Amino acid sequence: MIGSPYILGRNSTSAIMLKVMLALIPGIVAHAWLFGPGIWVSLFLCSAFAIVFEALLLLMRGLPLKPFLSDNSALLTAWLLALSLPTLAPWWLYAIGMLFAIVVAKQLYGGLGQNLFNPAMIGYAALIVSFPVNMTQWAAPVGLADHALTLLDAFDVVFAGQGSISADAYTSATVLDTWKTQARLGTPSESILSQPIFGWAGGQGHEIVALMYLAGGLLLLSLKLITWHIPLAFLAGLAATAGVLHLIDPTQHASPLLHLFSGGAMLGAFFIATDPVTAASTPRGKLIYAGMAGLLTAIIRAFGGYPDGVAFAVLLMNVCVPFIDTYTQPRVFGHHPGHSKGRKS
Amino acid sequence: MNQKLYTFNGGVHPDVHKAESNATPIRTMPLSARYVVPMRQHIGEPARPVVAVGDRVLRGQMIGAAEGYVSTAVHAPTSGRVVAIEACAVPHPSGLFDLAVVIEADGEDQAIAYQPLDWRSLDPSALRNRMRDMGLAGLGGAVFPSYIKLNPGAQKIHTLILNGAECEPWITCDDRLMRERAPEMLRGIEIMRHALGCQTVLIGIEDNKPEALAAMRAAAPAEIEVVAVPTMYPGGGGKQLTYTLTGVETPTGGRSTDVGIQVFNVGTAYSLYRAVEIGEPLISRVVTLTGHVAQPGNFEVRIGTPLADLISAGGGMLPGASGEIIGGPMMGFDLMDLAAPVTKAVNCLIVKNPKFFPIKPIELPCIRCGACARACPADLQPFEMYWYSRAKDFGRAQGYNLFDCIECGCCSYVCPSHIPLVDYFRFAKSEIWEREREKRAADLARSRHEFKAFRLEREKQEKAEKFAKAAEKSKAAASSNADPTAPADPDAEKKKAILQAALERAQKAKESVAPKNTENLPPRVQKEIDEIEARRATVEATTETKE
Repeated sequence: MIGSPYILGRNSTSAIMLKVMLALIPGIVAHAWLFGPGIWVSLFLCSAFAIVFEALLLLMRGLPLKPFLSDNSALLTAWLLALSLPTLAPWWLYAIGMLFAIVVAKQLYGGLGQNLFNPAMIGYAALIVSFPVNMTQWAAPVGLADHALTLLDAFDVVFAGQGSISADAYTSATVLDTWKTQARLGTPSESILSQPIFGWAGGQGHEIVALMYLAGGLLLLSLKLITWHIPLAFLAGLAATAGVLHLIDPTQHASPLLHLFSGGAMLGAFFIATDPVTAASTPRGKLIYAGMAGLLTAIIRAFGGYPDGVAFAVLLMNVCVPFIDTYTQPRVFGHHPGHSKGRKS
Repeated sequence: MNQKLYTFNGGVHPDVHKAESNATPIRTMPLSARYVVPMRQHIGEPARPVVAVGDRVLRGQMIGAAEGYVSTAVHAPTSGRVVAIEACAVPHPSGLFDLAVVIEADGEDQAIAYQPLDWRSLDPSALRNRMRDMGLAGLGGAVFPSYIKLNPGAQKIHTLILNGAECEPWITCDDRLMRERAPEMLRGIEIMRHALGCQTVLIGIEDNKPEALAAMRAAAPAEIEVVAVPTMYPGGGGKQLTYTLTGVETPTGGRSTDVGIQVFNVGTAYSLYRAVEIGEPLISRVVTLTGHVAQPGNFEVRIGTPLADLISAGGGMLPGASGEIIGGPMMGFDLMDLAAPVTKAVNCLIVKNPKFFPIKPIELPCIRCGACARACPADLQPFEMYWYSRAKDFGRAQGYNLFDCIECGCCSYVCPSHIPLVDYFRFAKSEIWEREREKRAADLARSRHEFKAFRLEREKQEKAEKFAKAAEKSKAAASSNADPTAPADPDAEKKKAILQAALERAQKAKESVAPKNTENLPPRVQKEIDEIEARRATVEATTETKE
């Protein structure tokens, strides 16, 4: 057997995961700055549950712990889920989310690289259908909260429940949620948008976090860890669909700007839809996959029962990935344009 | 004139490690005591040995003649005596032995009388035949017999490309050759141009070889263009360099000649010059010795020199060496036996050490990141081919154009999960070839069987027709003297006719095989013979009717 190549590049799975996590840090810091220390608690809890579940399942599957735990993939899933969930939720919410993400969506499908669905989004979807109330109580921006929590307070809230301090003192609904409820009630859009939780583009505070995710995403692009196709197509699909709906009926449908800078749009575009395992892999396939995910996000936000649609849109498009990839194979060097490829069997 | 360059997709930028070996001039290897000259040094049929054990041979004397079309000759690298013609260790990834002529050098290095050719007055086809006997084969690594490539055939060759890219890390033999022997090399290029009858000549050299570029530019006439191409592996791949220089994609499954372009390695051009203008067959080449050795550099090495001698010429391995690679680190292979000789295909010997060639890390699952697809110069989707190769679903792997893979190793190089992708593809290809071989063998056996069945059936029919004719005849004869109105039982008639014919034949056979000197036999013997003959007649008759 020929052993070449005898030299390898410096690329490694664990380094890729680590760099993606580093690119999340601006958003995390902004979140902690704007919404209080709750994010540290949820990140910590999700990470811990992820490691425990991953190790447990690896042991049950008879796989070595060291190479698979050190690939950082479980930690990245934990961070993505933590950033998609409300902070200051009860601890078991994070536990159940990670159970679905790591055990069900990842390890039961065969572990790293084998999962059909984005693990973090499976965790999110399981939680939002099971515990919709907990999932809509988001930490209020520091300036808007009646009560500023310390890190210890945050731990207390997460583990001991909401005992001494009333949840209303530090949580609020998201802008997508507020818009949806109010617009359906017939409140004029100007008065909805004048509420204090709305900022200049999206939700007060959330828009800054979204900008930080955008910055982190651009870092991923510059490091060539992702290509431009998925984020651009996702954001374009979302903005275009939201824009058309907004033109048709501005009283019911928020502006594309609000859509881009609220909810999970930026995180989804750069960090979640780009998960290589579950995303389309061909250049044209990525455009279709992410464009459709953006479109579905806008549709679900506009007409669905849930305030945000990123998770369901991504999961729905995950189902289509094998099909999209098969029919979007790029032209191989030396083949005539239009020559059929990848379909012969 | 500024040549417009085209950029193919993919490629990688490994550390080039050229400085280790390209700083010193080409050194000539001292004569070895023993040379092992394999008969199979080129693609195609191995040469046929034309010397016998005990023969004295001279430098440049043909010791193996080209056998078949895709083949070329092999020559004695020095004067000496043939001590063996046997299977020897050869530099091949399989590690298998192959037929070689072993020559014990006499140290005189006496040459045959070299006959330079006046190539300008020579017809291209006569020139080509000469090249076949001069043992020329591509020195870039593929060792395809050069005389075939110099035959444009039905396709008109409009562009000749000289490949001086040398994109593999560590290798510098073409670099040094271009720096030191550019004028001679350009004369070889002129001969190629004459043989192919083409107009445009482009010499592609990677831009990390400024000295070679300058030397070639200084030596090249105005109509030959020396082009600096970007340093990127595998920019020196035949299809890749052709695309970079011309923007033309070599069609899948085809050769660049299909689009009117022929590509030669620069070292081959130099050897062609020596073969034609000096009359010296291909008996030496420049080999890079580099890596973990005392004095790395380039050596002019006689074909057949044991690789161990080459390492000694470079001052020997340094302590801590961890094996040797033949060729470059991206596409080369492990040397199994240091007794194996330098062949026409050996361009580089790298002595490994753990620092530059560390043990490969553990293979992790594919995360479909697509790094391999972005690095693939053939625009393939290696991770899809990997998936199906691993599952041994070779049909699907082929559906993803497995056979367009040039095995450059870029995918393995970039894979973050350290999956040896190209090994999977080599495995899948060999499995598919093996299955096709089996299928061809099965098809052949089936068609043979079907033809046999057809032949037996045809013979049966022919016999039946013959009998029927004979029956007609005897029936006609019978009806002439018997009652013509008697009811004729056609079946019985036929049987009778068959029997009759058989008896006649038996009679004839008996006559023809009747043993001589059978007169005046004792009655007992005669009786025995008669009985045997009768039995034989019955047996013959019954077998005939059975058929």
